[in-house]
Order: sequence, then C-alpha cells, then structure tokens
Amino acid sequence: MAIPVLKASALTKRFGDFVAVNEVSFEIRPGEILGLLGPNGAGKTTTIQMLLGLVTPTAGSIHMFGLDLSTHREEILQQVNFSSTYISMPQALTVEENLCVVARLYGISDRARRVNDIIKKLEMEEFRSKITRKLSSGQMTRLTLAKAFLTEPRILFLDEPTASLDPDIADKIRSLLKEEQRASGLSILYTSHNMREMEEMSDRIIFLQRGRIVAEGTAREIIDRFGKADLEEVFLKFAREQRQAS
Amino acid sequence: MKLHRITALLVRHLYLYRRSLPRIMEIFYWPFLDLVIWGFITLYLARYQSQVPGFVTFFLGALILWDMLFRSQQGITIAFLEELWARNLMNLFASPLKPSEFLTATMAMSVMKVTVVSIVMAGSALLFYSYNILIVGVWLMPFVLNLVITGWIIGVFTTSLIMRFGQEAEVLAWSMVFLFQPISCVFYPMEVLPTWLQMIAWVNPAAHIFEGMRTVLSGGASPLGNLAWAVCLNGAFLVVVVAWFYRTVAYCKEHGLLVRVGE
Ligand SMILES: Nc1ncnc2c1ncn2[C@@H]1O[C@H](COP(=O)(O)OP(=O)(O)OP(=O)(O)O)[C@@H](O)[C@H]1O
Repeated sequence: MAIPVLKASALTKRFGDFVAVNEVSFEIRPGEILGLLGPNGAGKTTTIQMLLGLVTPTAGSIHMFGLDLSTHREEILQQVNFSSTYISMPQALTVEENLCVVARLYGISDRARRVNDIIKKLEMEEFRSKITRKLSSGQMTRLTLAKAFLTEPRILFLDEPTASLDPDIADKIRSLLKEEQRASGLSILYTSHNMREMEEMSDRIIFLQRGRIVAEGTAREIIDRFGKADLEEVFLKFAREQRQAS
Repeated sequence: MKLHRITALLVRHLYLYRRSLPRIMEIFYWPFLDLVIWGFITLYLARYQSQVPGFVTFFLGALILWDMLFRSQQGITIAFLEELWARNLMNLFASPLKPSEFLTATMAMSVMKVTVVSIVMAGSALLFYSYNILIVGVWLMPFVLNLVITGWIIGVFTTSLIMRFGQEAEVLAWSMVFLFQPISCVFYPMEVLPTWLQMIAWVNPAAHIFEGMRTVLSGGASPLGNLAWAVCLNGAFLVVVVAWFYRTVAYCKEHGLLVRVGE
C-alpha cells in the first residue's frame, strides 16, 4: 500500500477543560479524497487548523510527506494549501493582485502565467480585475479556491468549499477537484454538510462526533454498517446523539 | 528567511496604498498638518519665550523627529492591523511564512513610511518656516535610525498585545506610543521631570535621542554618550520584544486565537 502523504496520530486538542479533538488518528493516501464529516462543533475545523499549523495540538503528532509538522513547518506548508468559506482575502486588492501576492509568497517563478491559468481554469476572467470587496460570496469562494490551487499543493484542505456556490459552479469545482486528483495525484481532506456531495466526492469518510472518530470507511461501508439508507441518515444519527449528550 | 516571502508582503501593502486615499493621507496629509499647526504655534510662542534659547529650533526639530518614531511604530502595527481587518492572518500563518519574515516585512514597511513622512515634514518645515532639519548635522542619521528602532519596539509590543487580546485592543495602535511621549522628553529636557519619572525616562532610548538632539542644537558637547545609551537600550529592548512576539504567536496557536483574532 502507498505511503500516506498525511498521518495524524492520537491528535488531541484541549481548550482548558474542554476536549475539542480527542485522540484522532487517520491517514490520507496519495491521490485520495478523504471526507471529514460531523455535526457542528464535532472538531472538524480544529482538526484542519492543527494540520495547517494554526493551532498547536495538546498531544499527538502530525506527519506529512514523512516529515513532522512540529519541526518541518516551512517545508510542509510549502506543499499544502487550504480553502474555506470562512476565510477572506485582502479586500482592497483586485482578484489578480491577490493571486499575484500569493504566488510571490510561495515563491512561484512564472507568476503571470500561473495566475492566468488558474483564472481561466476557475472561469474567473469576468471578475479578475474586480476589487475583492465587491465580489459576491460565490466569487469570493472561487478566489480562495484559486489561491489554494495556484500553489500546486500536494495536499489540499477544503473546509466546506462549495457552501456558497451556485449548483452549476459547485459542479464545476467538484469536477475540477476530481480532475486534479486524477491528473496530479492531489490528496484532499474535504468537509461539507452536503451529504450527497460527500458521497460523490470522497474515497473514504471519517465521522467525528464530540472530537472522536466514531466511524471510518467508504460511504457505502458506513451506510451498511449502521443499517441506514444513505449518508444523510447516518449523519442525523450522529448529530442527534451529540446534541442529546451535550 | 526567504526574500520572496518578505517582498510578497511588501507588494501586498504597496497595492493597498496605491488606491486608498485614507492610507495616502496617513502618510502625507496628517504629518503635514501636524507640522503646520504645531509649527505656527511654536512661532507664536517663541515671541513670548525668548528666554528659552533656540526655542523654535528645538521644537520643530523635536516635532519632526517625534513623528518619525510615531510613523515607525505605526508602520509595524498598521501593517498587522491591515491583515487582521482583511481576515488574512489565517492565509499568512498557514503559509510557509515565518514570524521573522512577517516582522521583517513590517519593519521594511515602517522604514518606507518613515522615509516618505520625513521628506514631507522636512520639506514643509523648509517651505513654511525656513527650518532646515539638516542643522542637526551628522548626528541626524544615527538619531533617526535609533528613533525608528524605538518605533519598532513599541510597534512589535503593541502588535503582540493586539494579537493576544484581539480587536478590543486595537485602540492601542494609536494610543500606546503616546504613553511613551511624556517619558521621551521630546519637547523638554529630562531634568524637568520629577526624579522618579527621570529614572523611568532614563531607560527609554528615545529620551536619550531627544536629549542628544538638544545638546547638538544648543551647540554643546558631542551627544555620543546619549547615542551609546540609546543604542544599548534599543538593542536590549528589541531582543526582548521580538522574543515576546514569538511567545505571543505560540500562545495564540496554543489557545486557537490566531484564527479568531479577526473576529
Ligand atoms: N479557540 C477555542 N477556544 C475554545 N473552544 C474552542 C476554540 N475553537 C474551537 N472550540 C470549540 O471546539 C469545538 C469544536 O469546534 P470546531 O470549530 O472544530 O467544530 P466543527 O466540527 O468545525 O463545527 P462546524 O461544523 O460548526 O464548523 C466547539 O465546541 C468549539 O466551541
């Protein structure tokens, strides 16, 4: 079996007495799309933030490309990128300027060409010169996706990437992700509250509930294991359990 | 440290200034206004304060040098606030950018700001009051450099506080430096302070620079002693605040504050 590009071992995050992520261990293989599912507050974002070095784990370890994140932050983050509906980019800059800054930040040599390519790929030509402040939320999402793709990462963390996109663009983004996965062996960690999308996109799924992994496998395996009709029903089961417990 | 990451941040700020009138005003208009208003007040007071030799020279020189310290601090803190306002901190801290590169870029921003502000103020002083800041002579450059570094120290300190306490602490970006003004002895000699305050002023590098400036302008002895104190204190404080900035980044990552600081 291929060596995993990402390996999280017994990852734990405590905020005071509250345990947000509890001994979570998982791997992502090259070219795999791993879905991270769980109800609100299950610990998905905290997990991603630990993987991005934005939050220090209380315990456990993170290895990417065989390197330890706590000691090889720079090398790892150079090959990783992320997009989330919750982030923004400098509002007073144009779309193109923002992408140029990101290209510089990651030391991309043929900046103009790469920025052009990504603008074309994500069909952003009509708003490439627009000030970021004036973008619609869907256009903003496309910009943050473009910044994630621009650096040609080996692992991409996507926190609800299609949440504010219209169905047509969302579909295009999903196709693009699949295409990149096939063409360049891109590995993706994906969160979404859209269960159909998760079923369609993910090679494997991890279910988080109150910071713990409660199910892991392909969508089919998980659905069968819990004797439900679809992923949505499994999700509802975990979400209700979490709510009752808290 | 990688130069391309530092230039990326500089380019990002230059794009910002290119089309933002309020930001341009911060560099051109306010320093100009400061100088014009305080300059005329100085001229007026000088008529009645003739017993203070070189009153106008002292005051205008102090005004220009103080503004350099102020803009140097602002260069650092505002560069950080811009990222906070833009909710861009997460993009930066999840990139390979190192805290040292972030600080270097903000320091470079601060040098650019100080350079432009100095030209505006020195030019206006010459135009309105026929006052030439170059009368400070060869000492001007070392004085300015030290004030810029004191500005960095206050700027990094303030930035760390904002990072730690979030947007409620934002007001410190504009007010913190004024806490240092009374003990910087900008417009009066250190000896007018009460003894206990003199002891506090003594550890403020800026106070030694302004003392040195008055020594030079009154045609007195060489200000080398003042300068040596300022250099030593600046060096020591710079090391301390940079270490504190690193600790603050680590604290924020520990408590998940880095991703919430803009909220
Ligand atoms: N900095 C913090 N300090 C204290 N508690 C935190 C902090 N960050 C997250 N939490 C808590 O940790 C838990 C997990 O939060 P997280 O944002 O990871 O959940 P999530 O699964 O991403 O939820 P959502 O689907 O709503 O985005 C929540 O109860 C949250 O309140």
